[in-house]
Amino acid sequence: MTQSPATVAVPGPDLTSDRTSDDRTLVLNMGPQHPSTHGVLRLVLEIDGETVVRLKPEIGYLHTGIEKTCEAKFYQQVVPLTDRIDYLCPMTNNLCYCLAVEKLLGLEIPPRAQWMRVLMNELTRINSHLVWLGTHAMDLGAMTVFLYCFREREDVLRFFEMVSGQRMMTSYFRIGGLALEPPLGFFEKVKKFADRFPGNVDEYEGLLTGNPIFMMRTKGVGHLSAEDAIALGACGPTLRGSGVDIDLRRDAPYTGYENFKFNVPVRTEGDVFARYLCRVAELRESIGIVQQALAGMPEGPIKADSPKVVLPDREKMKTQMEALIYHFKIITEGFTVPAGEVYQAIESPRGEMGYYIVSDGTAKPYRVHMRGPSYANLQALAKMCEGQLIADVVAAIGSIDIVLGDVDR
Amino acid sequence: MLLAPPITDIEQLKSHPALARLVEWNASVVEAVKFDRDEITIWIAKETIREVCAILRDSADCPFNYLCDLTCVDWYPSEPRFEVVYHLLSIPHKERVRLKARLNGSSPAIESVTSVWPSANHYEREVFDLFGVRFTGHPNLQRIMMPDDWEGHPLRKDYPVEGYR
Repeated sequence: MTQSPATVAVPGPDLTSDRTSDDRTLVLNMGPQHPSTHGVLRLVLEIDGETVVRLKPEIGYLHTGIEKTCEAKFYQQVVPLTDRIDYLCPMTNNLCYCLAVEKLLGLEIPPRAQWMRVLMNELTRINSHLVWLGTHAMDLGAMTVFLYCFREREDVLRFFEMVSGQRMMTSYFRIGGLALEPPLGFFEKVKKFADRFPGNVDEYEGLLTGNPIFMMRTKGVGHLSAEDAIALGACGPTLRGSGVDIDLRRDAPYTGYENFKFNVPVRTEGDVFARYLCRVAELRESIGIVQQALAGMPEGPIKADSPKVVLPDREKMKTQMEALIYHFKIITEGFTVPAGEVYQAIESPRGEMGYYIVSDGTAKPYRVHMRGPSYANLQALAKMCEGQLIADVVAAIGSIDIVLGDVDR
Repeated sequence: MLLAPPITDIEQLKSHPALARLVEWNASVVEAVKFDRDEITIWIAKETIREVCAILRDSADCPFNYLCDLTCVDWYPSEPRFEVVYHLLSIPHKERVRLKARLNGSSPAIESVTSVWPSANHYEREVFDLFGVRFTGHPNLQRIMMPDDWEGHPLRKDYPVEGYR
């Protein structure tokens, strides 16, 4: 790979806010248009030769004020906004928001909708991890893995399109259940994919896990101890790669995860390679959950029985007066949510994703706050890179699997 | 499903590890409590927030060692106007607790908890940027989302959704 022109030296005392530099160091700007920052992350690096002395992330380039926008929308209108926060795992965002509102309302979700949510959520995790694996390997110079990962990701995106009509901004989960019943032939296609996928993971691992170049670029690089990881608020595979055993799917089950059997991969090394191993192992666990969900998928309704909150079926709306009235009222006035507040946390592919919603009893949320896992993980980046070589910064950024939409919101 | 009414009596909630530890340490810091929808909220006297966080983090029975989230709610036009909200998690015991501190609207300021959890750094900067709440003792209290020369604090309720034109 050629040296990117986006890395240029900037003069000025930008970094010297709380520590003084001496003449030995050079301030280097990396990003926001740098191919390995996975979006518009800007890092201001202070370097002494090849060694990073300080690293400061500059964020906010993608800030769109989604939290403010939510306050002006009805509860159901917020669902499509949540897709756009972390655009690699739309269903996880949908799920977290819907669970939070359902907890505020005290809604009971039918089993089929819950199992479909688990199934789609795990496919989303596979989708997100494949993008991570492909881009992370490409950052380190392994082009082939990228193409293989995107081949399988295409299959997952096709499943998203089957159920929701959209490849990326799905908005498939709605408050009270799902948008639509999955189409005919959907489960058979997912089953075929799930049977084939462990072989694909073997293929990726065959290219990377024992690869001496990959190991040299990742082993012992970007080290983060368990104490630092907790103190700096790291979450998800970044935290588990440092030896902290926590997974909210197992420890605080939501949407029926208590019915599934899976392992939580934990590594104690705390380096880039350990985080890689955690995520690859999670790919295998996820496909196991998909298999269980397919095998035990219950029959029944996909929406909660709560006509004032959940939109009626199209068929009913055209034949029953009452359904038409409810539909009209939900669309025009929204539905009211009892006053109160909840914090709902779920395990997204990147770590703990939390929605804090405050309701004042009206049809619009009073406050919606998204706790983005990438925002939390970004704070650990400086600790991973300081004192290391500048070439390893790219490996460290890749290993925290950052999505800037999730950081800036 | 009917929602159970919230519990606000301290005596009934004393079994929760966070509240038990705080009452044992200094009962006067607890202003109010609420248990609603399986989540416990403790209102703390704002002067003591850093000490309370340190006490809960170092609690022997159930250490709340992880700061999940730190944010703010604007109750404009009522007073006290701001509520700073802390979500803590105990990783070994999988317990959660929500702490709240009320601040008045004229010059909202509270002590920073960055000395307890370094992870509070970005969260506090975000609250400062979007709500205008100052955190005393913060190492680098600058805007994080908005440009440095931005005027106003967008998530305040008196800031229009479409912005100032």
